[in-house]
Amino acid sequence: MTEPSVEIKQSENKEWEPKIIAFLCNWCSYAGADLAGVSRIQYPPNIRIVRVPCSGRINAYFIIKSLTDGWDGVLVSGCHPGDCHYISGNLVARRRFAILKELLEFFGIEPGRVNFMWASAAEGERFAVLVRKATEIVKKLGPNTKFEKKW
Amino acid sequence: MGLETEIKDIETNLREIAKGLLKEKKVDVIIGYMEGTLPMLSQPIIIDNEEDVDKLLWNNLCYVNLAKYLVPRVPRFVDPEKGNLKVGVVSKGCVGRALIHLASENKINLDEITIIGIPCNGVVNRQRIEMEIGEKEILEVSVLGNNVIVKGKDFEKEFPFDEYMNDLCKGCKIRKPPLISKYPDLCVGECEEYSSIVDEFTDIEEYDSKTPEEKWKYITDALSVCTRCYACREACPMCYCNLCFVDQNKPIWFGKTTDLPDVIVYHLIRAMHMAGRCVACGACSLVCPMGIDLNKINRKLEKIVKERFGFTSGLDPDAKPPMVDFKMEDAEEFMLEED
Repeated sequence: MTEPSVEIKQSENKEWEPKIIAFLCNWCSYAGADLAGVSRIQYPPNIRIVRVPCSGRINAYFIIKSLTDGWDGVLVSGCHPGDCHYISGNLVARRRFAILKELLEFFGIEPGRVNFMWASAAEGERFAVLVRKATEIVKKLGPNTKFEKKW
Repeated sequence: MGLETEIKDIETNLREIAKGLLKEKKVDVIIGYMEGTLPMLSQPIIIDNEEDVDKLLWNNLCYVNLAKYLVPRVPRFVDPEKGNLKVGVVSKGCVGRALIHLASENKINLDEITIIGIPCNGVVNRQRIEMEIGEKEILEVSVLGNNVIVKGKDFEKEFPFDEYMNDLCKGCKIRKPPLISKYPDLCVGECEEYSSIVDEFTDIEEYDSKTPEEKWKYITDALSVCTRCYACREACPMCYCNLCFVDQNKPIWFGKTTDLPDVIVYHLIRAMHMAGRCVACGACSLVCPMGIDLNKINRKLEKIVKERFGFTSGLDPDAKPPMVDFKMEDAEEFMLEED
């Protein structure tokens, strides 16, 4: 009758890995991520990709809700300025990101948790390099605890 | 000339102008300030005939931003037959700015309003005085010379006005409503044309030099008392959404509790929405029942928008608001780049 007591314990010496939610635009960055995969370029497995129609679709709600929901970092990627499928979506988004980043800094929340980048569909290599960089930045900051609710 | 006589002069001028406007039928109704039911407060009043003009009041406790009553229009401003009435708005600098910014967002038709400009010399920070007086009841407030005199049952206290002015008003550069050359009939009373505003953000620069931990501590200390009564939202002339993001429940974007993370998220998103739109009237801080200083966040936004996009809200009704606009050469130093 006694159930075998299985202790599930994460091994102590295993390094902590951040979880990063990545919003990629359908036309450039998502294809760029695809290219990185097809070309067998290694990039950290920490990112979980959400495909959005355009970086202009990304509301500050998405980013802040991700942080409150416990993601350690947020990465947003879109087409290079001037290459947007919808002509100017990423340019309007850029102003929004600039304000958000400065506001996070003002509030004392590490601005490094939220990262923005441009990557085109032909830049698989660049995509991998920047994801690696973003992961490193978030890893240095440690787990996201500022939005944890204390009971 | 003391503050007292200055205020009286403004008030008599205001009443005269209002009388003239109503007499000549240039406006149908006028919205202004009147004596409040409590000593430290003033309240809005809508008048439509000449006899009531003497109820209009101007003093340093008139902190409500009257632009709030235009978007959406209160029922008194709409006639069932004639449609939108022409409204005269008693405007200090920030009310005028709010009206003009709302016009740039196509929320107000400038042909349907008249700005009655009055030179504002700042409003009193009610909360600070109340905090110093404490539990005792304030029965009478008056301005004598350059002091604000607060009387109660068994006490009388003087507060130097320059010191107990609202922080935003101390550095205010736009004390009279802006004059728009394209709409010569828009402004009556005292208005001024502004070409470029030189604003120094020393207070914000000082804050910015703090470490992230200090900033986080400051913000959590300041906001932890917030009860999320949304008085700041209700007082803000720029908060006119039919459904505010905090009231949305499909999807529920953010928690509805008063736990610190939810409070911070509320203020963070509210700040996002104010970027390039805040007209620095300070109404949000002055109505806060917990005395939270929201001015600092708004000042920071003003600084960001000024430095990044070179925009000051509420000066040009034809300008495109910065957050729906873009320039190819906007700074993007915050983007990740390959080394």
